[in-house]
Amino acid sequence: MKIAVCIKRVPDMDVRFKIAPIGNAVDEAGLKFDINDFDSWAVEAALQIKDKDSATEVVIVSLGSDSVQETIRKALAMGADRGVELKVARIPFDGLAIAHALAAELKGGGFDLILFGKQSADSSNGAVGAMVGELLGLPVVTAISKLELAGATGSAKREIEGGQEFVEFPLPAVLTIDQGLNTARYPALKGIMAAKKKPLDVRPAQLGEQSVSVTKMELPPERPAGRIIGEGASAVPELVGLLQTEAKVL
Amino acid sequence: MANVFAFAETRNGELRKIGLEAVTAARKIADETGGKVDAFIAGAPGVGAHAEQLAKYGADTVIVVEHAGLEKYNPEALAATVAERIRGGAYRIAIFPTSALGSDLAPRVAAKLGVGLVTDVTAVNLDGDAVIVQHPVNIGKVMATVKMTSQPALIGIRPNMFTPVENPRAGAVERAEPVGDPSASRVVVKEVKLGSSAKLDLGEAPVIVSGGRGLKGPENFKLLEDLAAAFGNAAIGATRVVTDEGWRPHSDQIGQTGRLVSPQLYVAVGISGAIQHLAGMRTSRTIVAINKDKEAPIFKIADYGIVGDLFEIVPVLTAAVKEAKSRG
Ligand SMILES: Cc1cc2nc3c(=O)[nH]c(=O)nc-3n(C[C@H](O)[C@H](O)[C@H](O)COP(=O)(O)OP(=O)(O)OC[C@H]3O[C@@H](n4cnc5c(N)ncnc54)[C@H](O)[C@@H]3O)c2cc1C
Ligand SMILES: Nc1ncnc2c1ncn2[C@@H]1O[C@H](COP(=O)(O)O)[C@@H](O)[C@H]1O
Repeated sequence: MKIAVCIKRVPDMDVRFKIAPIGNAVDEAGLKFDINDFDSWAVEAALQIKDKDSATEVVIVSLGSDSVQETIRKALAMGADRGVELKVARIPFDGLAIAHALAAELKGGGFDLILFGKQSADSSNGAVGAMVGELLGLPVVTAISKLELAGATGSAKREIEGGQEFVEFPLPAVLTIDQGLNTARYPALKGIMAAKKKPLDVRPAQLGEQSVSVTKMELPPERPAGRIIGEGASAVPELVGLLQTEAKVL
Repeated sequence: MANVFAFAETRNGELRKIGLEAVTAARKIADETGGKVDAFIAGAPGVGAHAEQLAKYGADTVIVVEHAGLEKYNPEALAATVAERIRGGAYRIAIFPTSALGSDLAPRVAAKLGVGLVTDVTAVNLDGDAVIVQHPVNIGKVMATVKMTSQPALIGIRPNMFTPVENPRAGAVERAEPVGDPSASRVVVKEVKLGSSAKLDLGEAPVIVSGGRGLKGPENFKLLEDLAAAFGNAAIGATRVVTDEGWRPHSDQIGQTGRLVSPQLYVAVGISGAIQHLAGMRTSRTIVAINKDKEAPIFKIADYGIVGDLFEIVPVLTAAVKEAKSRG
């Protein structure tokens, strides 16, 4: 099997963001960056297939500035075989432009599976994976939380509102990974050492034309500071009163 | 003049509320410029019966595609059919829901048409030839204003942001055929399992009663079910701890890696308020928190907090809500 996994380098979200002076981006000073969570589960899914069949090759692709090499190396340390950086000065917001560059790289690569995260934590469009699948003319199944492969056929579970969908598809295919499929492994020390020697190619990204751009970023209005109205069950009448008269939800 | 396409999502032959929200959002944009709204509805034979309702909410024309092969979600057939309709329609904007179905469909259509897509949109405006949308980024901690210049611009709207408003139009029905053969799709939905049909969907429920680790076990969610029943229009949500433990299904999880919700009222019970949880519910209109730890971060964003033991407070609250409801 030959598997490609597309991963995005995103900021750690456990911070209070500041807007950069240019006004349409966050200030990156002091931010930590790591692999997007959903994408780490996509890497894990590929590695679990490789665990069962050591002939499997897992290729990591990330579009971004040279800083993505660190993120790619992490996936290599987890156990992937080689990496490709599609180099741009900065990652654009336009998902279709990113998809064009990824599709150009993946086309003709002979991959049986191309895996994506369901969504990136920063741009949060949940779009790039399915776009790449369409551009390559491959079957696409999005947001899967369970995967089984039997020969050239796969079956997957998708979480939908209030239920699940069970889907069948032929390989080669593009899948986007939701939470619940697995828990990503941590790179072991041995893996970290080995990753340093694994091939990592750098190529300019062939971004498509961009028609979507961020013109402004701002911090959403803070919710008014929380208010504790009381302690224990004796505070319930006041709560119900406020829900009726002030919040008008009862 | 801005003509707008609205995808009216159905499930099991029923029109979903997010479908009416798409038509409502489309109507608002079209009215600003004297444009028209085409609503698109597809499904098994009979689904066209919803055309009247789409007209009531503002569709000038309802495009109806009925085919046995569209009874369940058929991503390839639907994407091909929708893309062709949009290609032929000279639309400024095409609106999809940001739902499990819409999030799968819209990127396919965008790639087929070679046009821009922004999902999870909370507001839409026109600016000359451009479409300007609001879209939360960085797990909702930052709001981005995004400019879209493709014709059309595809957007996915966030559920519960565009309250359906009646605005009756002619709703002329135009029947169409699917593009290609729906039974030839490579990706096939074999089975759909739904929770009880009486259950309100999290994305649509006006009230969400949500439980965390503080509930201590699956059996205690009965407390929340009783409270939800007292409200009458409530769905049950949960934190990731709860769904990982298997106390509730994964589909109930709210947060960064779960559902994004913005109900009128969110009642957080035994939930600490981790950022990943807040990312999914912080836009709720009113937030109530019940937690025994007065330092719990959830109290920082709760409009009304009660400090104390949920096992003591929730039954009393359930009784009080019941009484308030019965008084009207
Ligand atoms: C990558 C990533 C993604 C994540 N995505 C999500 C997500 O989408 N959604 C999500 O929810 N979490 C998510 N998490 C997990 C998140 O970080 C928290 O661990 C989780 O939200 C905590 O759940 P909790 O509030 O139920 O549990 P806890 O944090 O353990 O809180 C339990 C609370 O219950 C209170 N309590 C206990 N007993 C009682 C009682 N008798 N009466 C009243 N109060 C009581 C306690 O004071 C405490 O505040 C994610 C984490 C990571 C790393
Ligand atoms: N710059 C990128 N490089 C590689 N993969 C990406 C990039 N951006 C997005 N992806 C992939 O596409 C998925 C969906 O991203 P998005 O559409 O931005 O939510 C991510 O989880 C990644 O798997």
